[in-house]
Amino acid sequence: MRSARWFQVALFMAAAVAVELAAVYAGKAFLLTQLTMSAYYTLVVIGLSLLMGYAGQISIGHAGFFAIGGYAAAALTTWDLSGRRGGWLVSALGAAGALVSRPDLYGGTVLVVRPWVAFGVAVLLALVIAFAVGIPVLRLKGHYLAMATLGIGTIVYSIALGTGALGAADGISGVPPFPLLGGLQVGGAASIRVANYYIAFGLLALGMLLLLNLVNSRVGRALRAIHGAEEAASAMGVDTARFKLQTFVLSAVLAAVAGVFLTHFNGGVGPSEASIMKSVKYVAIVAVGGMGSLWGTLTTSLVLNFLSLRGYFGTFDDAVFGLILIAVMLFAPSGILALSFRRSLEPVLGRLRTAPKPATREGEAGDPDSMPYRLEEKPSEDGR
Amino acid sequence: MLGELLLQYLVAGLTYGTIYAVVGMGFNIIYNATGIINFAQGEFVMLGGMTAVSLHQVLPLPLAILGAVAVTMAIGALIEMAFIRWLAAPSVLRMIIITIGVSIVVREAALLVWGQQVRALPYFTGNEVTSISMGGARVSPQVLWAVGTTALMVALVTAFFRWASWGRQMRACASNRVAASLCGLPTRNLVTLAFVLSAGMGALAGCVVSPITYTQYGIGTGLAIKGFTVAILGGLGNSLASVAAGLVFGILESFSVSVLPTAYKDVVTIAVLLAILFVRPSGLFGAREASRP
Amino acid sequence: MRKKILAIAATLLAGWATQALAKEPIKVGALLAVSGPASFLGAPEARTLEMMVADLNAKGGIDGHPVTMIIKDTGASPEKAISFAKQLIEEDKVLAIIGPSTSGETMAIKNLAEEAKTILLSCAAAEVIVNPVAKWVFKTPQKDSYAVVKIFQQMKKMGISKIGVLSSNTGFGKAGKEQIEKLAPEHGIQIAVNEVYDKAATDLTAEVTKVKAANVQAIVNWSIEPAQSIVIKNVRQLGLQFPIFQSHGFGNIQYVKAAGAAAEGVIFPAGRLLIADSLPASHPQKALLVAYAKEYAAKFKEDASTFGGHAYDALIILEAAVKKAGTDKEKVRTAIENIKGLPGTGGIFSFSATDHNGLDLDSFAMITVKDGRFVPLDR
Repeated sequence: MRSARWFQVALFMAAAVAVELAAVYAGKAFLLTQLTMSAYYTLVVIGLSLLMGYAGQISIGHAGFFAIGGYAAAALTTWDLSGRRGGWLVSALGAAGALVSRPDLYGGTVLVVRPWVAFGVAVLLALVIAFAVGIPVLRLKGHYLAMATLGIGTIVYSIALGTGALGAADGISGVPPFPLLGGLQVGGAASIRVANYYIAFGLLALGMLLLLNLVNSRVGRALRAIHGAEEAASAMGVDTARFKLQTFVLSAVLAAVAGVFLTHFNGGVGPSEASIMKSVKYVAIVAVGGMGSLWGTLTTSLVLNFLSLRGYFGTFDDAVFGLILIAVMLFAPSGILALSFRRSLEPVLGRLRTAPKPATREGEAGDPDSMPYRLEEKPSEDGR
Repeated sequence: MLGELLLQYLVAGLTYGTIYAVVGMGFNIIYNATGIINFAQGEFVMLGGMTAVSLHQVLPLPLAILGAVAVTMAIGALIEMAFIRWLAAPSVLRMIIITIGVSIVVREAALLVWGQQVRALPYFTGNEVTSISMGGARVSPQVLWAVGTTALMVALVTAFFRWASWGRQMRACASNRVAASLCGLPTRNLVTLAFVLSAGMGALAGCVVSPITYTQYGIGTGLAIKGFTVAILGGLGNSLASVAAGLVFGILESFSVSVLPTAYKDVVTIAVLLAILFVRPSGLFGAREASRP
Repeated sequence: MRKKILAIAATLLAGWATQALAKEPIKVGALLAVSGPASFLGAPEARTLEMMVADLNAKGGIDGHPVTMIIKDTGASPEKAISFAKQLIEEDKVLAIIGPSTSGETMAIKNLAEEAKTILLSCAAAEVIVNPVAKWVFKTPQKDSYAVVKIFQQMKKMGISKIGVLSSNTGFGKAGKEQIEKLAPEHGIQIAVNEVYDKAATDLTAEVTKVKAANVQAIVNWSIEPAQSIVIKNVRQLGLQFPIFQSHGFGNIQYVKAAGAAAEGVIFPAGRLLIADSLPASHPQKALLVAYAKEYAAKFKEDASTFGGHAYDALIILEAAVKKAGTDKEKVRTAIENIKGLPGTGGIFSFSATDHNGLDLDSFAMITVKDGRFVPLDR
């Protein structure tokens, strides 16, 4: 089984290499830019897919974690500390080698935090916030959980939009490239475009490997048990709260990492990355790709994001997205990859048939109809 | 002077609050009938306002409003019949995502039809600068129209559910759909009725606040989020509670402006909401089943 | 037979010659927020460009070069602006980019344009776009600081010294707020209340109440979206009779219509497009302003606004530079910097190596609203 996973990831990387070579050979190397950006957004989405598909927790605020990562990296690598050289904090950081002087766009020099340190801080921040938020939030269920995650996303967005130090409405721009190991840099310059493509897809492949391993491990089985029947799992001794929290935190960290890298690639970040519409789009992509299907989600995300960033649909970007959403949810609720004509026509054929419909298969990972949000007994109109 | 100010903030809060209350109530009606959170709820408000403005060019104001409400109700019914009705036992999450898709498509269609321009109905009485003095605070007459219309709607809808035959059938359907169906109630049509009712309320609210807040193709999304928040705050499923919660929410927003920079208005209100959810997860007035032990 | 071959050869030769003589098209890109939250900026800008390019090409283009305008709708999203900018620069290999419509997007691609050595003519207003000056980046809207100075000068004439300031949480609002805060002390203005509201706000009574409580002599509102009409309505509804000052974002008659009676007497600085008819015939801008307003209104059935004018200015600046310097990017860039005294909708442009905006204090006229129409403020 394990070799199957490695094989899948290897196949994926081979496909990525093939695409890159084809693009460069055809003289369309510029396509790599949008592919790189899509890869980073996809990293967010696969983490969310794990959370929604396996742990069964909805999060309509995940763009917030992306923004936390992006803004932390952007702020730390652009806030000029040279005015505070005498202060104790700056001296301590300087002594610890956490700071670096670099030229800015206009020929001056600024003293900022090293990108690696900023990256560490960003991830740590996302981790801590995810923990702090996850513990109370994951006790809620269904619509209340959705609302709480929506609320978290809104708070992050409002803070990003309302705080002067974070650039308020303009966001932060002028973010320097992020030097990785060797001569590799995460940045937007055309000269390092191919390298950045591989960094992005490499990161994505690593993420997939991590999640695939997780899903097929003890943790993954525990998650599926929780997803299928939470009380039963709990009765069997599965620590449901702990596993849900871990999944939540992991998906948050993945989102933050994607945020850091994309911010360095774009050279900036803005409040639009934290908006609720972005979060909703992430959720929608997971739904379209198939909630428990990591590969389905990955493919859907790469394709949709790429087309959107290329401006393929022009002004109708959102409309097309909405239509795809409706179509998939109506006809292929288990996601695009699980599409089978017979099942998708079931609802229509069912009305024409006179014989009773066969029972639908329950408990498949990725089938939203078997998710724990069943039609609950609701209180009646006047609250009694 | 302080009293005047407080009253002014209160009035401002009521203005926002009535809008939220109506959207929240619309959410609850559909939720009760189907278990679905209809994210397209905000679009009904937008459609009501936009259609009324268009109709007003050829009809007098009261007819334009009636026409807009009728058209929006028809659209609500269409949405239900096209997307909701023929799905067999769909999961709630799937429905949420479908309604999100519907709201996006409706919004983009509105952009196509009406463009990105901002429109507004004329004030029902008075104009943009008239205001009435009430106890030191100044209120635009349109605000009174909005509050009054909302109160009327709430009363009518509550009466409908309590005493009208269809209303009671809808309550039965909400309480236990299978049993209701076994009793011979036309559950499918009742669901359509829920959408129609919800759409009509939203449209009327959209018309009556249009002079104050303007209508534009994109206002639906924000309203849906606020309405959802308010419905949760009151306790999902409880219509009257969502009205109260809407007013509370609006007043909270308004008063938060007086102490904190306006930029953080949302942070305050959401933080309060989250605090309430963590302590009392079923909302202010809801049943106690929303969280696990 | 010989005649036939000769005829065919002649036709082919003529065809080939015409091809060779026809100049290659000039590609210009535009990144505009045609849909989305800044559509009141991007939509008029896009329409203006389409209209102008059609006119230009009907006359044979710029110096015989037909103009190809590639307009991309960014929806005011910086990520899309970055992605499309890269496309325009690398794939379409444009000579220059007009736009973006908002300051946030412009700042996101400022470095990009500079590194790629592509001319950027921004339609966004923030000061930071041209200060510090980047070699390849220009902007056409007037400086916010001049708008603020004009307002303060007017306030001095009216004896106002204590004000309340409301601004929206967009890049435009933030830029204006910063300038107001910076310039208030030297003009003797005291800011008693300073509030930022959400751009999508639908009722601002609470914020205005806060201003009322501070007993100010006037209120300044700095925003560019429909909320600016709502603010002035709320001010009058609360019974406040003092003067209301708006930013140059008020430069669109639909905001006046939306605010109805509340717009009467509002004072704001703006380009002279809005009062083109009242300009003396000798004014250098009058002819082009009247022509632009007329053509735009006839073609699109709505009044021209100053926002569309920013795109107009960007294109005529580019046109003037190309006429002088040909199609080489570096030469065109230098030519832009050498433009002096070019009349546009925003004012009269004179660039230099240190001034990439080209407009001065006089580019603004003080305008007020009377009977629902824009008239010059004659005080």
